[in-house]
Amino acid sequence: MILLSHEDWAARRGRFIALWTDARHAYALYQPGELVAVELVDGAYPALSHAGAAWFQRLAHDLNGHTALGATDTRPAIDHGRAADGTGPWPEFKSPEVEGVHQVAVGPIHAGIIEPGHFRFSVRGETVLKLEARLGYTHKGTLGLIRGKSPRLAARFAARVSGDATVAHAIAFAHAAEAALRLEAPARAVYLRAVMAELERLANHTSDIGAIAGDAGFAFLDARFALARERLCAAAQAAFGHRLMMDAVIPGGVAGDISTGGAAAVLDALVALEAELPSLKRIFEDYASLQDRVVGTGIVPPALAEAYAAGGYAGRASGQTHDARLLPGYAPYDNFALFVPVEQEGDVAARIRIRLAEIPESIRLIRDMLHSLPETPIAIAPQAGSGAAVGAAESFRGPVWYWLRIESGVIADVFIADPSTLHWPLVEHAAATAILADFPLINKSINASYSGVDL
Amino acid sequence: MWKTVAQHLLSRAPAARQADPALVKTLRERVGASALGRSLAIRVVSAGSCNGCELELRATQNLVYDLTQYGLSFTPSPRHADILLVTGVAAHNMREALAQARAAMPEPALVVAVGDCAVDGGVFKGSPAIAGGAGGVVAVDLVIAGCPPSPAQIVQGLLALVEAQAPLPALPKRREPRRAPRLPPE
Repeated sequence: MILLSHEDWAARRGRFIALWTDARHAYALYQPGELVAVELVDGAYPALSHAGAAWFQRLAHDLNGHTALGATDTRPAIDHGRAADGTGPWPEFKSPEVEGVHQVAVGPIHAGIIEPGHFRFSVRGETVLKLEARLGYTHKGTLGLIRGKSPRLAARFAARVSGDATVAHAIAFAHAAEAALRLEAPARAVYLRAVMAELERLANHTSDIGAIAGDAGFAFLDARFALARERLCAAAQAAFGHRLMMDAVIPGGVAGDISTGGAAAVLDALVALEAELPSLKRIFEDYASLQDRVVGTGIVPPALAEAYAAGGYAGRASGQTHDARLLPGYAPYDNFALFVPVEQEGDVAARIRIRLAEIPESIRLIRDMLHSLPETPIAIAPQAGSGAAVGAAESFRGPVWYWLRIESGVIADVFIADPSTLHWPLVEHAAATAILADFPLINKSINASYSGVDL
Repeated sequence: MWKTVAQHLLSRAPAARQADPALVKTLRERVGASALGRSLAIRVVSAGSCNGCELELRATQNLVYDLTQYGLSFTPSPRHADILLVTGVAAHNMREALAQARAAMPEPALVVAVGDCAVDGGVFKGSPAIAGGAGGVVAVDLVIAGCPPSPAQIVQGLLALVEAQAPLPALPKRREPRRAPRLPPE
């Protein structure tokens, strides 16, 4: 960690990842894991001008009462100003001052089976002029619950920050805890973690591609991709004892070895997916009515993705090459010559194509890893040490970062940065390039987590 | 195509899931008979989950679990819903919306809490930011525990609820089908 003066802090350039505060400092994290800090003066620090910093500064205000001096966006993040019975006032949503604008309010309860959040569209006719997302509905006090717990106990919370990325969150948390306590997880655990992370990526990519097609009224792809996900979840259950592989990754290693017959179950699911994928891909590419909905829809220009340091398929579809598996990079990916697809178009179709291209790569990685599993123990017990560190892991939607300060074996402070925090503003921007009816496709194609940002 | 047709002819559909009789009996004492019938519409409200329960709820609609075959379907509007299905801790910020969704439903209505968080807050129990489960905001008829519960467990729970509040009438004894009289050869 580098302690900066207020001037150097505010003037700093780089690929901004996250910002948070503790009792004495404000911290900012830059790619590839560079941590800088500034001292708080009367509970305040200079605001950062990075596009992605706004939500973090709003969150730091609501969680710790710290003010970002000179911040332009001071809306509450998770503090809705609610009374004891849960009722609260609505904030004012401003529309662009042009003729014929009206607002459409959606949520917090959405039509489908998804998480809660409020979207306020300013529309003229069908065209969306502006989208403002009001989040914070799933705030559960996760950071407060992690403080005061041992890394092993706290892993249960890391696994529940965003259920669809439970493995990646648990790995990032374990990386931070292991770096803080200067431990190294055994080689077999490192391989099994990567197998689980790639299985998680496949399960999410398949179901999300299907769901986007479903939102465009194309039920066949939805049904087939949902079945592919089901096979992968069933294989995860057989191999690791849990369909989403929750609580399977712990600081120091993994909670259990892959079961007897588990590798065969996973490999069978991969064969089934691999056999069907070419025909599903062809259907996606060939149906004009489907392509018409996704090509040119919800464009995130590369410059915007760069400004927000977008990761995962949201970034890669807009020219961003970053992948936490390569930079900062972690074992065992250095042994497997990872291929990361990149496109420039930045529309819904490009995001789907990136995910389609990542599927064969994850299949290859899982096969290679399962065939070269090292014969070592699967975990070591964390010692009751002290230290502070950041840890990263690449989830299916982008890099997940954890910052931990451990004192005598107990977590004294923690911050969690899910990639969704930087992706929500992209959803807002992309929505304002399209018509209201395209919003479900745009939203699903970026698929930012609500729980992951509300904490 | 012929290969697919052959596969369909050779494969046998898995037996339909049936409600667990013991669970049905307990539930019947709790919820009693209702006039809702057996084809129920479900409004899901995610009230502060990690989204794991939503993944498994969506999986109940896939080709393997196919919840629709039992007459159960998800509906976007609480006004069309017979069952309010709640996931998540009932975060403080979701209390108002959850209560409004329940109030918008026609009576009688059933409330199901799915997942450990909705049961009692789960791992988040004790957090000041939550109501500690669906029961903190709305009266709950059935809990389906698990973190997250599997699609099979969710289907089992919902089937038991259907059976408990609207049991099928006893079927009349099956008679031998009457044979059609054979026509004399022309």
